[in-house]
Amino acid sequence: MISLKALSKRYGDTLAVSDLSFEVQPREVMGFLGPNGAGKTTTLRVLSGYLAPTSGTATLAGCDVQKDSLELRRRVGYLPENNPLYEDMDVAEYLDFTARVRDLRPPHRSERIRSAVESCTLGDVLTKPIGLLSKGFRQRVGLAAAILHDPQILLLDEPTSGLDPNQTREVRELINRLKREKTVLLSTHILPEVEASCDRVVILKQGRMAACGTIQELLAKATSSPKLRLVLRNADPEAVRAILSKLQGVANLTHETSGAETVFSLEAAEDLREAVFRTAVDRGWTLLELGRVEASLESVFQELAPS
Amino acid sequence: MRLRVLRALLVKECRAYFDTPAAYVVTIVILLISGYLFAAPLFIQSLAVLNAFTDAAPLLMLFFVPAITMRLYAEEAKSGTLEVLCTLPAEDIDVLAAKFLAAMALVTFMLAGTILYPVTLAALGSPDWGGVLGSYAGLWLTAATLAAVGLWASSLTRNQVVAFIVAFLLSFCLFLIGKVHDYVPLALTGLTDFLGLDSHLARLSRGVLDTRDLLYYASVSGYFLYLAYLNTAGRRSKP
Repeated sequence: MISLKALSKRYGDTLAVSDLSFEVQPREVMGFLGPNGAGKTTTLRVLSGYLAPTSGTATLAGCDVQKDSLELRRRVGYLPENNPLYEDMDVAEYLDFTARVRDLRPPHRSERIRSAVESCTLGDVLTKPIGLLSKGFRQRVGLAAAILHDPQILLLDEPTSGLDPNQTREVRELINRLKREKTVLLSTHILPEVEASCDRVVILKQGRMAACGTIQELLAKATSSPKLRLVLRNADPEAVRAILSKLQGVANLTHETSGAETVFSLEAAEDLREAVFRTAVDRGWTLLELGRVEASLESVFQELAPS
Repeated sequence: MRLRVLRALLVKECRAYFDTPAAYVVTIVILLISGYLFAAPLFIQSLAVLNAFTDAAPLLMLFFVPAITMRLYAEEAKSGTLEVLCTLPAEDIDVLAAKFLAAMALVTFMLAGTILYPVTLAALGSPDWGGVLGSYAGLWLTAATLAAVGLWASSLTRNQVVAFIVAFLLSFCLFLIGKVHDYVPLALTGLTDFLGLDSHLARLSRGVLDTRDLLYYASVSGYFLYLAYLNTAGRRSKP
């Protein structure tokens, strides 16, 4: 449905995207991650037909971004970064304008506008100028315009950026409803959003692909050694460290003291929970917590694409 | 170019002009100045002529037209809506045509406000209608030429003030080049007459319809519209 082959984009001397290749299958939601300046927005601009690639090819719904740009734009819905909108128009005017430029004809036009308004729950603000809407409503207007023509593919560039938690949840729910029937490429900084919505993830670093796979695959790839976390009360951190470091395979032992409690974390090649527990009992330590630390997408992101 | 899409884009551009007070304010200022230019010889010298208005109108247009075209691309580039517009299924030529036609709609609106002047002349005497129609055609074509220059300037930058200054300077050059007739070698007078706005408008104002004048307006307008098109469409085609 979306296919990039060795896609590169250069701005003057700066290589914004380099040799990027991946595919997104029909009805798949692909998360597009990377630190600021990694090339996410540039890639989406190329895929939306706004910019030409410097080299390589990309096809969306069978349309080449350069050769079939007009047809591609008919088939793709795009929410650009920062969601620029015509602020002097009211919501109904804006959706009507978008529908007309998309050449949706009556009665299909009004049906599609009604459907988009319902999907994005915009009924209460239809006659309000866009410039007076809250950021959450503006984001919904951008999404409504992107899905107005019922596209097969949606390109969403940070759709929840700058929203409060309630607005974020609403937009996330909308994306989850859309993903049942559309192919979505979702660029975001918000990792819980990726975990909640995406089937697979591409991580970009300095314009290049740092990783691609399901979240489970990325977690498995990144978690080199299991991590253990224990919390002791009234412990002598240095003495504890000296004893723990003698356990077999312990590495990267760190601690942090806060009041009477000290949190130790360590990595080990095998599961040391039982050994640590017995040591604590033998030494008479007051053990408050002991458990494995599951790898998170955040740690994977930090490992693969450090800022 | 699909007419339905062009119409939708044109309506959007016209609304951007006519739904805001700025266009009316500029039009009223222009009408006040042109009204004075028309009425002064009428009441002071008892001369029922249109010349004072038609002679000064190109100079007024040097300010008026860049002022109305400066926002067309620059504002959209700055606010980011150009990205929205260019990722809708509209050809770049449709977007350009809609912006140009909307600017001309506002120019036509402004010129329509001056229709009172020849009507007044008709009430007082018998004006040369060929000259009047020629003057209006010349002013409209001059505005079209300046609008093309303004549209190109607006496509160069995200800053409306820069777009205005570039358009004004270039338009002023086109205006000035027609005034240097007496200061250039004889061999160059033909060229300066052809390149300047003055001689073409002067012929049309006399009621003379010359294909060379129409060719001038069409070629200069077409050239700058083409440059504006290259600026906007180039983003999609240049790697």
